[in-house]
Amino acid sequence: MTDTIIHLLAVIIVPPLLMGVIVKTKAAFAGRAGAPCFQLYYDLFKLMRKGTVFSETTTWVFRAGPVVTLAAVLVASLLVPLGRHAAPISFSGDLVFFVYLLGLARFFTAIAALDTGSSFEGMGAAREVTFSCFAEPALFFAFITLARLSNSLTLSRILTHVTPDVWLAAGASMLLLVGAIFIILLAENCRIPFDDPNTHLELTMIHEVMVLDHSGPAFAMILYGAAVKLFVLGALFVNIAFPFSTGNSILDWGIFIAAMLGLAVAIGVVESVMARIRIVRIPQLLVGATILSAFAMLLMLR
Amino acid sequence: MNTFADQLLVLVMLINLVMLGTSRLLFSIRAVAVQGVILGLLPGLVHPFSLHLAAIMTVVIIVKGIVIPYFIGDAVHKARIRREVEPFIGYVPTLVLGAVFTALSFAFAEKLPLAPEHEELLFVPASMATLLTGFLILTTRRKAISQVIGYLVMENGIFVFGLLLTEAMPAMVEAGVLLDLLVGIFVMGIVINHISREFSSIDTSRLRALKEE
Repeated sequence: MTDTIIHLLAVIIVPPLLMGVIVKTKAAFAGRAGAPCFQLYYDLFKLMRKGTVFSETTTWVFRAGPVVTLAAVLVASLLVPLGRHAAPISFSGDLVFFVYLLGLARFFTAIAALDTGSSFEGMGAAREVTFSCFAEPALFFAFITLARLSNSLTLSRILTHVTPDVWLAAGASMLLLVGAIFIILLAENCRIPFDDPNTHLELTMIHEVMVLDHSGPAFAMILYGAAVKLFVLGALFVNIAFPFSTGNSILDWGIFIAAMLGLAVAIGVVESVMARIRIVRIPQLLVGATILSAFAMLLMLR
Repeated sequence: MNTFADQLLVLVMLINLVMLGTSRLLFSIRAVAVQGVILGLLPGLVHPFSLHLAAIMTVVIIVKGIVIPYFIGDAVHKARIRREVEPFIGYVPTLVLGAVFTALSFAFAEKLPLAPEHEELLFVPASMATLLTGFLILTTRRKAISQVIGYLVMENGIFVFGLLLTEAMPAMVEAGVLLDLLVGIFVMGIVINHISREFSSIDTSRLRALKEE
């Protein structure tokens, strides 16, 4: 019971902090002081107090977009085990449910962007959907590999099954999986090699362009939803990459939070040392991720 | 020890895919050099140590890792080309084809009647996958230098297969193969330079017609 409460609190409170840590890391690399780590919390509170402007050409779809997106991502966060504790919701086959919850969130972001009737936002929606077509098979191959490893179809089981012993036994395929999932993590969250979260007026951007017309609380929901999505996929990654368990419940939570912050720093480092790749190269990198996880599956099935 | 050899073979197969995906020639030359060094380390992991083995390893690492990449790099430098433009089949399709070929070579290796001590290892699938990758690079790229690299990758695949037999393979045969390869690369380097001097391009698809159009 306490684990469930901590799980809910972690999902609600921690995500904006990760974004703050990423920004702080990038600032440190650039030699700036940077915004405080808690900046996103201030931004969210500020946006919640503001009014919202809706374009006259939009319909209810535009208003539903941010709500459905945030709701889908929050439900998805209940399926992932955090810090070696079983997730609050878990049933056989929930890994498919998990992937399609993320798909639902993406669908509503894209359809809300199309609803504005702006060709600019339509372009962003087309790109987002195209690239997620490439990212989804990679995620599924990774899940199939893990499911095969643990002989189970629930996320809680397959993610907590990964232990240092599993790493020793199947090191190569685990390493491939970690690489593939890290690429998916960056792609799904529109981080730098794929999309630059800081640009607001570039023709090359993908995710940011879709949310240009949202304002006030709706925009706060979008920002918060993006942070939760990063948290959820990050938790997935941490479960596979740092499979250490001490047996002490509270200590495990501490390790988990520390690992998540470490992951945020790692993403910040990647963003600082890499440039955004050209848009025609993105499918190539995502196909590469798919091949990595398919290859991991091949090694596992053998 | 053998599990470590398997990890290295996985790395070899990943390098295959990297080479299929990249357009920069210098990068693929470096990748093929790294692959050569890994192949040079492998015999030491699968067979008990002997002087013969140490000699083979040193020669393989020097030739595959340093001498041949140096020759190709020199040819690239002289012909002044950086990247492969417009291959016959695009990068993403070749990457997918390479993955399919890798999967097929795993399936094929299952069917082969191997000696029981080799069945559990990745040597046979890795060698087939590397061989097929070499074929793929040879057939889909236009530039003569990319084709030389494809030829090298193919040779690496044959070398992996040969690793299973190192004990039975006398040093002379090994040395002869390496020497052939070295001379082959040397000749190809010279040919590439000549082509680029005569025609100001090393696009082999233009060498089909005998006459000027």
